[in-house]
Amino acid sequence: MSNAIEVKNIVKKFGDFTAVNGINFEVKDGEIFGLLGPNGAGKSTLIRMMVTLLPPTSGTAIINGFDVVKKADDVRRSIGVIPQAMTSDLELTVYENLLIFAKLYGVPRDTRSRLIAELLAAVELTQWADKPVKNLSGGMRRRVEIARGLVHEPRVFFLDEPTTGLDPVSRTAVWGMLRKIKSQRDLTVLITTHYMDEADKLCDRIAIVDHGKLVALDSPEALKASIPGRAPETVTLDDVFVHYTGRDLRDALQEPSAADSPFVLRR
Amino acid sequence: MHRTWAIVEREMRRFSKSPMMIVMSMIFPLMQLIVLGYAFGGNVKHLKLAIVDQDHGVPAVKIRELATAVSSGARTLDLLDYSDSGQAMGDLRNGVVNGVLTIPPDFSRRLLTNNDPRVALISDNTDTFVSASMAATVGAFIGHLNAPETPVRVSGAAGLDVVEVYPYVPYIQYLLPGSITMSIFMMVMIGGGIIFIDDKARGLHEGYLVTPITKLELVAGFNISGTIKAVLAGAAITIIGSIIAGVPSPLDPMRFFRMMLVISITAFALISLMFLLMVRVTDPLMPRMMFGLLNTVLYFPSGAVYPQQGFPGWMHVIAVVDPFTYSVHAFKSLLLKNTGFEAIAGDVAYLLVFSVIAMTAATLLFKRTL
Repeated sequence: MSNAIEVKNIVKKFGDFTAVNGINFEVKDGEIFGLLGPNGAGKSTLIRMMVTLLPPTSGTAIINGFDVVKKADDVRRSIGVIPQAMTSDLELTVYENLLIFAKLYGVPRDTRSRLIAELLAAVELTQWADKPVKNLSGGMRRRVEIARGLVHEPRVFFLDEPTTGLDPVSRTAVWGMLRKIKSQRDLTVLITTHYMDEADKLCDRIAIVDHGKLVALDSPEALKASIPGRAPETVTLDDVFVHYTGRDLRDALQEPSAADSPFVLRR
Repeated sequence: MHRTWAIVEREMRRFSKSPMMIVMSMIFPLMQLIVLGYAFGGNVKHLKLAIVDQDHGVPAVKIRELATAVSSGARTLDLLDYSDSGQAMGDLRNGVVNGVLTIPPDFSRRLLTNNDPRVALISDNTDTFVSASMAATVGAFIGHLNAPETPVRVSGAAGLDVVEVYPYVPYIQYLLPGSITMSIFMMVMIGGGIIFIDDKARGLHEGYLVTPITKLELVAGFNISGTIKAVLAGAAITIIGSIIAGVPSPLDPMRFFRMMLVISITAFALISLMFLLMVRVTDPLMPRMMFGLLNTVLYFPSGAVYPQQGFPGWMHVIAVVDPFTYSVHAFKSLLLKNTGFEAIAGDVAYLLVFSVIAMTAATLLFKRTL
């Protein structure tokens, strides 16, 4: 089995601060790979480098055989991305959101409608296709984003905290849909999350990142078994997380987000 | 290129769902046109002139008669008789009257003996429009006092005949070119700049940046969609404003065609300028702050409300580079003079060159990554 993702000694510095510090790992074709870590550990920076939103300071990542530094456009064509923030257009309908992104990815006209219809069915939004996204619930909006990220049939799908802020029912629904979509397509999934149960149920392998470094990487079962002095069946992924990242709160200042401005038009 | 059209399609779909945007972009220029047009456009009337006649001779009575003629005819003046010059000056300082015309005691005698007869107009010069208007009116009827009783049949003095090439242009028509440019600018700022930064702040651009779209395709998409929105606003104000201002034959096909050409190029120039200014901005407050600043810096030096010949040197420099200047000049040529293309060719050329430079710079400065 070949690798869909190869991260090679990747580093990202913001001034004197090193957000990602020489991380290496591979994700095999068809895997669901989880990226866990405390707030500020470098997960989002790492994923943003893999999806070409941030240039690495050094090192690189090979996605679907394309180097993110040298072949960024080829990487973009072959991946689907659900960023942490909701990036669907609230004014447009569900269908229009998918249509615009199908056009941005250059999906041929004759396959566009079929693909959109299939994806809407997969995320169970067919009956809401003509509704503006602003009228949908948070869980439904996330499902729109999942469908949108897959509208050009990517081979690797990146999801940055896709279920954050959703209620348990919506989260379970999103997991189910991801599993279903994954079973129907030749798809590799890389997902970041704060929900350990989500990672446990969904992921084939999990990487734990802390202070910009990879501190653990294995299957959920193997990670549980790695905790010393405990029977694996009594260990949860929360225990694994705390074991590898410690119990200290990661208080840190961050750049204020423009999205927090009171002047942004809320629509 | 298909990605550019996808951006345009998205923007236009959003625009069609926000009809208030086009209304908002038109309200301000229309209100400005109506309020400023009627406030500044009329002749100054009913200026209160105190007359202090200390002479009471026949020439003084004649001055009084000439003033009364102006008062009852053009109604520029309202006359108030004072016997006490101190009282008149007090009222002038207190704003009760706008000027005091004093006819001194020896005025008639000096007039009859050709010994430098003079009357005095003391005016409240804190309002230059009022004082200049009053000086011109009083100067005119004092001039009549000097005219010979029997005019000579053939004058030997050099004279001037003024011939106006175009029909009378009321001030509201003079303002209309600036209002059209302003409506384009308003749409560029509201439908382009503010939404662009708000979308960026809400993370919508992140969605674009993970697609294979290039910098040029993205900037071109935003520019084309912004231009279409601004052209709609400019065309609407051209029609509505022409009707309000009483422009003759506002829908003359050839003029309307040329107007649409200038509106389109102006919209493209202003949206390119706006993207150049906003390309690295992330703070949603910034376009709102820049809105007022740009409005002042671009609109007033353009000659939209006052002739540029009256500007100081530094303001001429702004006017020369200001795209509003060329847009307003072209609209004035078309709306007030109904000229052909040759009269606006220079304006069109400048706006095109300006657009290309601004869009190229915006594309180079656009960051393809976060």
